[in-house]
Amino acid sequence: MRNNKILISDATLRDGNHAISHQMTEKQISSYCSAADRAGVPIVEVGHGNGLGASSLQVGRSLVDDITMLTIARENLKKSRLGVHVIPGFATIENDLKPAIDCGVDVFRIASHCTEADITESHIRFCKMKGKTVFGVLMMSHMAGKEVLSDEASKMQEYGAEAVILMDSSGNYLPNDVKEKISFLEENLNISVGFHAHNNLGMAISNSVAAIEAGATIVDGCSRGFGAGAGNAQLEVLVAVLQRMGYDLGIDLYKMLDASDIAERDLIKILPSISSSSIVSGLSGVFSGYLRPVIRIANDFNIDPRDLFFELGRRKVVAGQEDLIINVASEISKGQ
Amino acid sequence: MSFIKKKYRVAILGSGNIGTDLMMKVQKSKNLVCVAFIGRTNNSRGMMRAIESNIKISDKSIQYIIDNPEEIDLVFDATSAKDHEMHSKIFKKLGIVCIDLTPAKIGPMCVPSVNSEECLNEMNINMVSCGGQASIPIAKAIANTHQDIEYIEVVSSIASKSAGPATRRNLDEYIKTTSEGLKYFSGARKTKSILNLNPAIPHINMVTTILAKVKTPNIKKLEKEVAIMVDKVKAYVPGYELIFGPKLENDRIVVMLKVKGLGDFLPKYAGNLDIINSAAIAMAEEYANNKINEK
Repeated sequence: MRNNKILISDATLRDGNHAISHQMTEKQISSYCSAADRAGVPIVEVGHGNGLGASSLQVGRSLVDDITMLTIARENLKKSRLGVHVIPGFATIENDLKPAIDCGVDVFRIASHCTEADITESHIRFCKMKGKTVFGVLMMSHMAGKEVLSDEASKMQEYGAEAVILMDSSGNYLPNDVKEKISFLEENLNISVGFHAHNNLGMAISNSVAAIEAGATIVDGCSRGFGAGAGNAQLEVLVAVLQRMGYDLGIDLYKMLDASDIAERDLIKILPSISSSSIVSGLSGVFSGYLRPVIRIANDFNIDPRDLFFELGRRKVVAGQEDLIINVASEISKGQ
Repeated sequence: MSFIKKKYRVAILGSGNIGTDLMMKVQKSKNLVCVAFIGRTNNSRGMMRAIESNIKISDKSIQYIIDNPEEIDLVFDATSAKDHEMHSKIFKKLGIVCIDLTPAKIGPMCVPSVNSEECLNEMNINMVSCGGQASIPIAKAIANTHQDIEYIEVVSSIASKSAGPATRRNLDEYIKTTSEGLKYFSGARKTKSILNLNPAIPHINMVTTILAKVKTPNIKKLEKEVAIMVDKVKAYVPGYELIFGPKLENDRIVVMLKVKGLGDFLPKYAGNLDIINSAAIAMAEEYANNKINEK
């Protein structure tokens, strides 16, 4: 075993926001933050599903603005570090990063589509200069091979990122894909490597374990799997599995289970499940966050959401291109 | 006295992709002539192209303009925002009209289909951004048909390969410029802009979506106004095409456009670069018409 310590980053209050169309309330944030803090979860991510500055008509408007969300989270996190997701193209240094730093955010996860790492340069450098912990995040990483991912991750390393996380934003990976890519990155980078799993094909826990076995030292999860589409790696399961495998997470299992019960009680209206549409979403390699708008729009145009997913996948849409759903749906309905 | 129509003399400052594409567009223009193609080095692809076309080249950058002001009516500045700040003072002193393609915003923002007439009185105009050129005509159409615009948001997706290193390092600047332009021209209370880079091959064409929240949507009226605007833009950007809407969906107005480039120097998929260049050329031609009519 290369490393006995694994860093857990909890995305319940960020990725989970996708599942409820970004309608997370102040009370939900405070109750879950204090529960995660009690459990000793090292990093708690908070915000709109697409991160800072992403509240929009395109992806969905947040019920609570970024600053209020972060302020409430900050008040309720004593030991846990507060993290945010940042996608340049949505968030800017002036509008979003500076105010987030003033709110006391500790960990900035600066993300781009997996082939576009150079758009993160100024944001990574800025957070680094401010003395913050910075991770680079490569989203939709199933769309690029290991060499490309390694080149892109190296750019983030050069800008000053302390770790690079591969996101399986579509839930498309199988454990062997994870092993191949993570071990290649682990060999070629000098910084830590992490993995963020989605559960469209029921692989989220297996993929997270595979990532760790291949050398990843950071994994993301969400209580009850609360996240976009079919959900994420179910955090309390991940904690239990990794503890059983002998990893040191610094998390109290009982209190983690309590936190996930609180998530189910206070946050989650419908427990994440792998719906038929989610399976197709994973297979087609479309961002899991498209699930709700795809279903809504397929219904409006009276077309099969599965056809819509496969057509979007064929067009290789990336996260952030939600506007295309309606255009593609209209074309499919005209072609019928 | 001569009845031979005199052409309006333009210089291009900045010999990169944008500058080279502008040069090729000037060559196709009826009333513009490129009198100088200016950069910092003589051995770029753009310089080769200029030599082939018998256009005078210089590697002396702004110094060439300082030395030859009498032969230039208008300069396209396709350098950088930082350089333009310095250049703009020189153009002003020399009395040369400048069309600024950088995000410097020294002069007023210009979108030909919306405010070309007011801009002709200005000595320095700014071409906003590619997303601005694509979306502001539609934002203006919404403003022309609606009283109370709560919010306008513009999402542009472009081919990764069409975004050069300067754009990629500076997405924040693009976002700021585009949302300011939207606000200025539409009067919306709040505006936002989002940019996506998509690496898919074959390369995607630029797609720009305008999303708006208004108090009482009037889609019928808006349809007519959008059609008028699209025709106006099409007059100088032939690849500008309405692909969806205007429609009311999920309580928001949606209008979607595709921008295909002319493929002069830049590839056809780089509609984002083509639209800002075509807009700049359209304005230069307006200046030329004005000047020629004066004489």
